[in-house]
Amino acid sequence: MINFLFAAIKAGTPLLLGTTGEIVTEKTGNLNLGVEGMMFLGAFAGFYMGYRTGSVILALLAAFILGAMGALVYAFLTVTLKANQTVAGLALTIFGAGFANFFGQILIAESVGGVPKLPDSFISRVAEGPLPILGDIPYIGKLIFSHNPFVYGAVIVSIFCWLYISKTRPGLSMRSVGENPAAADAAGINVALVKYVNILLGGGICGLGGAYISLINGGGVWNNNCVNGQGWIAVALVIFANWSPLKSILGSLVFGAFTVLQFYVPKDIISIPNAFYVMLPYLITAIVLIFSSIKKSKEHAQPAGCSINYFREER
Amino acid sequence: MKHTNEPFVRVVKKTELTGGKLALFSLGALLLAIIAGGLFILSLGQNPFAVYKTIFFGAFRSKMAIQGTIKIAIPLLISALAITLAFKMKFWNIGAEGQIIMGAIFATYFALFHNNLPHFLLIIVMLVAGMVGGGLWGLIPAFFKSKFGTNETLFTLMLNYIALYLIKYFTEGPWRDPSSSGFPKIATFVPNAQLDKLFGVHIGWVIALVLVFVVFIYLRYTKQGYEITVVGESENTARYAGMNVSKIVMRTMFLSGAICGIAGMTQATGAAYTLGESITGGVGFTAIIVAWLARLNPFFSLFFTLFLSALQKGSSVMQSSFGLSTYVSDVLQGIILFVILGMDFFVQYKLIFRGRVNHD
Repeated sequence: MINFLFAAIKAGTPLLLGTTGEIVTEKTGNLNLGVEGMMFLGAFAGFYMGYRTGSVILALLAAFILGAMGALVYAFLTVTLKANQTVAGLALTIFGAGFANFFGQILIAESVGGVPKLPDSFISRVAEGPLPILGDIPYIGKLIFSHNPFVYGAVIVSIFCWLYISKTRPGLSMRSVGENPAAADAAGINVALVKYVNILLGGGICGLGGAYISLINGGGVWNNNCVNGQGWIAVALVIFANWSPLKSILGSLVFGAFTVLQFYVPKDIISIPNAFYVMLPYLITAIVLIFSSIKKSKEHAQPAGCSINYFREER
Repeated sequence: MKHTNEPFVRVVKKTELTGGKLALFSLGALLLAIIAGGLFILSLGQNPFAVYKTIFFGAFRSKMAIQGTIKIAIPLLISALAITLAFKMKFWNIGAEGQIIMGAIFATYFALFHNNLPHFLLIIVMLVAGMVGGGLWGLIPAFFKSKFGTNETLFTLMLNYIALYLIKYFTEGPWRDPSSSGFPKIATFVPNAQLDKLFGVHIGWVIALVLVFVVFIYLRYTKQGYEITVVGESENTARYAGMNVSKIVMRTMFLSGAICGIAGMTQATGAAYTLGESITGGVGFTAIIVAWLARLNPFFSLFFTLFLSALQKGSSVMQSSFGLSTYVSDVLQGIILFVILGMDFFVQYKLIFRGRVNHD
């Protein structure tokens, strides 16, 4: 059981970052379906930097920046040029995946034996292991305090995002832009600026999620197509987490659990085809969507301004 | 007159371009996009002209190459036409992937278990089954959207994955080919259940071309097509005019899904001869971009589809010619899409600079 939950946390961490990034983006009124693409960009940038320099900080920085660059293209298209958000996001996904695989392939071609591997010092620095003192607590020590450092980082990032969105002045601006940009504009908020800042921030966080995949999940080796749909799970998870970074911590744990569940359920007791385990997160999200729409609750819905570009002269 | 508070540049809506002007503008945007892609190639230290030439010849140099290009184009075009119907109604259906898959699953059932029917009948049955499968998968989000207002973008996205893992279920479970040892897969269809060929490519291309005209005429000249446009422009207007909006939404989404289902059926029975998790190859998403860039015009969709398919097919020779992996086509595709999408702005808006007198 401990092993199962431990694996669930590990599998849930990239989802948590992707989800948190997308929540920040959606809260400012932009549905960015390019999460998958931004995670790919972050995955490649993080790996490349780690591979070349051996520095964890530089790797994370590169992942954040490239993820944000992807988001910048999206923001320029949707905010400044008012392009359709769905289409721009999909284009970003195609571009990001292509970019990471293209340069990843070059990395593979140039590396010894076709296997680009992070330096050992890098791997040992991000390896999982019990924290001092806390790690010695029975059960809890193993379950919560023995992870790789990124896991804690991801949780801290989402707590900060929650504080930022719900407790700060800029967070209030962003929420008002996301719900009703015309009203925010009338109140003197620079709608375009707020959107740009938050879309970029969200993209950067998605990039970090991608870096987790390439730096940790890949075992230190670059794999093409490594993100493999996790960006799309993150988009689903945003709904499941009800647009709250805090709930997304729990949500990503649940989704992470689903993805590893099939390896831990005793097959002789419960025999459900594997396909249904992996299908569950999507099925549940679909049901959540239906029920929240039946209840018509404003609390459980996408920010009202999502998918609609704001044009000042159109009221 | 002095404008002290006037911003340096201002954005205003203009009357949309139409007809020849629009076509000319679109070609210009495409050219600019190709140039942008060329800059990327240049940054890799390659000659863009040589690369583009290779792509072009790779896609059209021989009969086989052309057939390959068309084979890529078929599912993309059919799905783009399906999405055109939904998007015209402003129903943001991104569930083409799932609808294609359900079409393929339904058709596969008959290809596996009723493949002793007479060939012609079997093809018709599989086509209808594909349409029903895709159609039902399109109907579900339409039903919830019109009954409860469920967000269709997110809901159709979920349905994509549910459909994808249904394939996994059938592959590993009831439809697993017992004669294949090792990796579970579904058996290759018997020749009787394989789609016929015309000029070396499965007849999906004929279906796709017919659909271009059908969708065009349906949208432009029929009552139902008119209803779709009205609902897309304003649901309230449609309601005041006495239209049954829910019925129109559900009918249109069934049709949209059904057309995607055709794409799934032709992919399974004409291209793959089996059903696997890679059956769509992501065309459901690319088709959305095609339909949108084509301004929901079926003939423009045909053009864009051929363009992107040629790019993809032509890039397959990049490895041998330039040492660039075939992923280069995805990067180029992304750049080209970004530029065309961005250029769209200038169709609808214009910039007014400070100090210029507005002649409108």
